[in-house]
Amino acid sequence: MTPVLRAAIWLREYGQATIVLLLAVVAWEIICQQMDIPVWLLPAPTLIWQETVLLIPVLPEHIYATVIAIFGGFFVSIVAAVPIAITVVYSPFLRRVIYPPLLMLQSVPKVAIAPLLLIWMGYGLQSNMVIAATVAFFPIVINTATGLEAVETELLDLTRSFDAARLKVFWKVRLPWAMPYFFSSLKVAITFAVIGAIVAEFIGADKGLGYLILASSGAMNTAAMFGVLVIMSVIGILCFYAVALAEKLVCPWYLPTQEGSQGA
Amino acid sequence: MSGAAKVDRLERRVSSPQLQLSEPSSAVASASSSETARKLLIRVDAVDKEYATRSGDGVTALKGISLEIRENEFVTLVGPSGCGKSTVLKIIGGIIKATRGLVEFDGRPLEKPSREIGMVFQRPILLPWRSVLDNVLFPFEMMGRNVREHVDEARRLLDMVGLSGFENALPRELSGGMQQRVSICRALVYDPKLLLMDEPFGALDAMTREELGIELLRIWTERRKTVVFVTHSITEAVFLADRVIVMTPRPGKVVLDLRIDLPRPRTIDVEFTPEFKAYADAVRDAIYTGKRI
Repeated sequence: MTPVLRAAIWLREYGQATIVLLLAVVAWEIICQQMDIPVWLLPAPTLIWQETVLLIPVLPEHIYATVIAIFGGFFVSIVAAVPIAITVVYSPFLRRVIYPPLLMLQSVPKVAIAPLLLIWMGYGLQSNMVIAATVAFFPIVINTATGLEAVETELLDLTRSFDAARLKVFWKVRLPWAMPYFFSSLKVAITFAVIGAIVAEFIGADKGLGYLILASSGAMNTAAMFGVLVIMSVIGILCFYAVALAEKLVCPWYLPTQEGSQGA
Repeated sequence: MSGAAKVDRLERRVSSPQLQLSEPSSAVASASSSETARKLLIRVDAVDKEYATRSGDGVTALKGISLEIRENEFVTLVGPSGCGKSTVLKIIGGIIKATRGLVEFDGRPLEKPSREIGMVFQRPILLPWRSVLDNVLFPFEMMGRNVREHVDEARRLLDMVGLSGFENALPRELSGGMQQRVSICRALVYDPKLLLMDEPFGALDAMTREELGIELLRIWTERRKTVVFVTHSITEAVFLADRVIVMTPRPGKVVLDLRIDLPRPRTIDVEFTPEFKAYADAVRDAIYTGKRI
């Protein structure tokens, strides 16, 4: 497919939707100006743009802090969740030990745990990471465990008929089998990590986009708040697509849209 | 049900005569006679299988199963669903253990799965992330044997089932019938003496099913395997077998052990002979009278 053709297809698919969305922004601008809506209540898009441009000099360090908290938390959650998932799959006893506290942790709002973590770990990136990790962690455990257990019984029968070592079955069958489940949980986890990082910055931080929102709010600078929100959502989307890309690279054989990709 | 199937076959014979061209060409000697001279490969003696249910009661899946299967024999196990035919197969394969009774393979009690036994299941259960060739080589990896030494053999097998050129394809790029061919190659690649097949063509359409049946007979004559084949199709059971073993459920037991003396190599035409019909009727009778008891 040539780039021109691809662009043409894109235009046909998304062109109208893009125009409608742009028109909505224009309408927002017109309404704000014509109806004299106070800027602290609802700033016009142009004003949001101006205030955001003013933020540019300080933005890098805040973005850096938030991104580090997101990815740090994300990786901490993976490192913690995967061994737990493997453990609960292989040991029914440890499953009964691990699941109740895990469910308790999950049912408590993380905002409520965050102050405790701050006491334990102090202000700063490391506690933001851990808070982000506590939010992102749960779906990875559940999905990875589900994936490891989703191996078809007939396939396990087959490996048994080869008299295969359990470790081999784990590496060559269970783990690859769980990959699509793992990655779909990562897509949830990365968006959760974004939420967790921002929540952590709300509670105690002197850097980060969450902190920037609080600061702008304190200054009644609604336009700047909108600007930071837009930046946050862009970061969130980029993080999501980074994980989606990693999924495509690691399991290209898995096409979620294709029925029966697992045989049958 | 069988009446409709027959009409269907008749029509197809008229409308697509090219099907008959796929007859096996190599006319290796018939395997059905002189069975007494051949070595006993499997002996199942008075096997019971009980499962514990959640309420604590036992359910008897198999009761007093005794079978003897000789080398190079093609045996089909037929019966309604729930009669325990798959369970028998898994017990012979060493995948599940009998509650009581004895299972001998090649003169020795079978204590764990043997690498002399290959299994094919109803679904191909290929590994979706592996190429066709790597799927065929999968057993060697699981057995901790050198994979590379067997690449040629894997290619030969794929060629034999008409899949040369698909070595690097992923399973999802193949049709159901092609996938099942791959899984048969996977079971043959380490050259097991015994092939256990659990309704291997059950998920395929009728036409592919017949094609693969004929192909399986060809492979069986070429490679001299012993085959135990589970099916719920009476026609398939009679068509393929040297011996049809009929089982009935609750509890699963053998009600008929019927020798099929139809000439080999067989083609679909054999299904229209009076002898075939007589065999099929005998099997059907055994299933229905067994059910009523």
